[in-house]
Amino acid sequence: MRDMKRITNAAALSVFWFAGLTTVVLLGAVILYVFVNGIGHINLAFIFTRPHGVNAEGGIWPMIVATLYVTGLAMLIVTPIAVLAAVYLAEYAVQGRLVRTIRFAADTLAGVPSIVMGLFGLAFFVEGLGIGFSVLSGALALSFLMLPIVMRTTEEAIRAVPKYIRWGSYGLGATKWQTVSRITIPAAMPRIITGIILATGRAVGETAVVIFTMGTMIFTPVLPTDPGRSMTVHLYQMAMEGINLPAAFGTALLLMVMILFFNLSARWLLRRNRRMQG
Amino acid sequence: MNHTLAELQSGVAPAADPTVKIAVKGLDFFYGDFQALTDITCDIRDNAVTAFIGPSGCGKSTFLRCFNRMNDLIIGTKHAGLITLDGQDIYAPGVDPVDLRRRIGMIFQQPNPFPMSIYDNVAYGPRLHGMKKKADLDEVVETSLKRANVWKEVKDILGRGGLTLSGGQQQRLCIARVLAVQPDVLLMDEPCSAIDPTSVQKIEDLMAELKSSVTIIIVTHNMQQAARVSDETAFFLQEVMGEPAMLVEFGRTAEIFTSPKDKRTEDYITGRFG
Repeated sequence: MRDMKRITNAAALSVFWFAGLTTVVLLGAVILYVFVNGIGHINLAFIFTRPHGVNAEGGIWPMIVATLYVTGLAMLIVTPIAVLAAVYLAEYAVQGRLVRTIRFAADTLAGVPSIVMGLFGLAFFVEGLGIGFSVLSGALALSFLMLPIVMRTTEEAIRAVPKYIRWGSYGLGATKWQTVSRITIPAAMPRIITGIILATGRAVGETAVVIFTMGTMIFTPVLPTDPGRSMTVHLYQMAMEGINLPAAFGTALLLMVMILFFNLSARWLLRRNRRMQG
Repeated sequence: MNHTLAELQSGVAPAADPTVKIAVKGLDFFYGDFQALTDITCDIRDNAVTAFIGPSGCGKSTFLRCFNRMNDLIIGTKHAGLITLDGQDIYAPGVDPVDLRRRIGMIFQQPNPFPMSIYDNVAYGPRLHGMKKKADLDEVVETSLKRANVWKEVKDILGRGGLTLSGGQQQRLCIARVLAVQPDVLLMDEPCSAIDPTSVQKIEDLMAELKSSVTIIIVTHNMQQAARVSDETAFFLQEVMGEPAMLVEFGRTAEIFTSPKDKRTEDYITGRFG
């Protein structure tokens, strides 16, 4: 009887262990595969020159610029709106039906498939408002994708600021706005920035939205109204049209490094701030 | 002491006694439908330390938060009755709770420094109220930290985060932060229950020093502390669970502790319950 229990225990443990191991192995396999196939293709010329030939040889500089441009612009559009909305939700709004509706809308927005968001961007920004295939259209459509992420993480961050710290401020004769602007938001800032960075990482890797709104043209955008091709779209074209698989892997590797960089900097920021405050 | 309705409604305490800083008359207090306090009447003396004692949950802290209208921040609270500060009704329509809280500072049970430097913590209040010059701020910060008995420990690390200090130092930093806005009254809600004994000693010392310029009201669970630091003591009790608490006895600390008039007070201070 006791042996039976011990065996069951060991079996359960190994199942859990195996499940955990699978996750790590999968991640490792993907990274390793992309790395092995892509590393040989990456050099300075690949990063800093334009494509040539049938766009299969040469570098991917225009795509890198377009990707960073569209993501950066989206971040600039989304941050003020999302943060202000979150401050309103967490600090000012009377908690009730309206707030629940806004929160539910944000959560649903976060769940909308990105290709649907792309289609909307095409119909509304590109065609409807006549902005055309451009970095601006892409950034606007991407901001729809980022908005709920930034808004909800900001709201959580603000709520996580302890009540007794706010009370300390009110107790000194601070108004609500003084307390929100000088105590609550600064205290929540590391987590707010983390949310922004994570949303940006998500946007960098987005394909469906930008293919519909920024187009596929290889062009180094300067003005927000210029079109461009993101790294993800480039990757798709190189791979699916069988033009140059190694170049696709090179692009994929660079993309992964960029996203990893975003995630690591988010972690670093959080940790540094915790140390400063602790 | 009978007052006409007109006197109560006029918002001015009748026969203003200059030694009375805060006068409370017939105060009831409610959280939603639950009545927490009933018919509390007492005078808080100027330049003295008044201790509120009583078992947990007897409304001492609730009562304390009425004085700086901190309860306004809790949704669904209401009160009836009159509280005056220097003869002025603090709940009168023209009174801005933000101004009131500047005159009536508060220290909480949990030390709550802001996540910023020691200097900025103390300078926070003066800056809120418009002080900008570095020299002025420097002076306020130093004076306040000295009055709060913590200057010697922090004078070389003013740029360091307030949260890096020990719990007791944090509490004294919070006292300095309140003193920096020069309140007339200091409300202390169990200020010593979460900190080390050395700091408790320092806080009790500074209370004795401060009371010449500031009226202090302290909520405490520690009866020895009440006996040590206070001039007057108020004993609160909620006799039946779910019923409002009341003020059982209020008087000179020496008398409350040596010859209480009420049997319930005697039972409490001799440790028979609570």
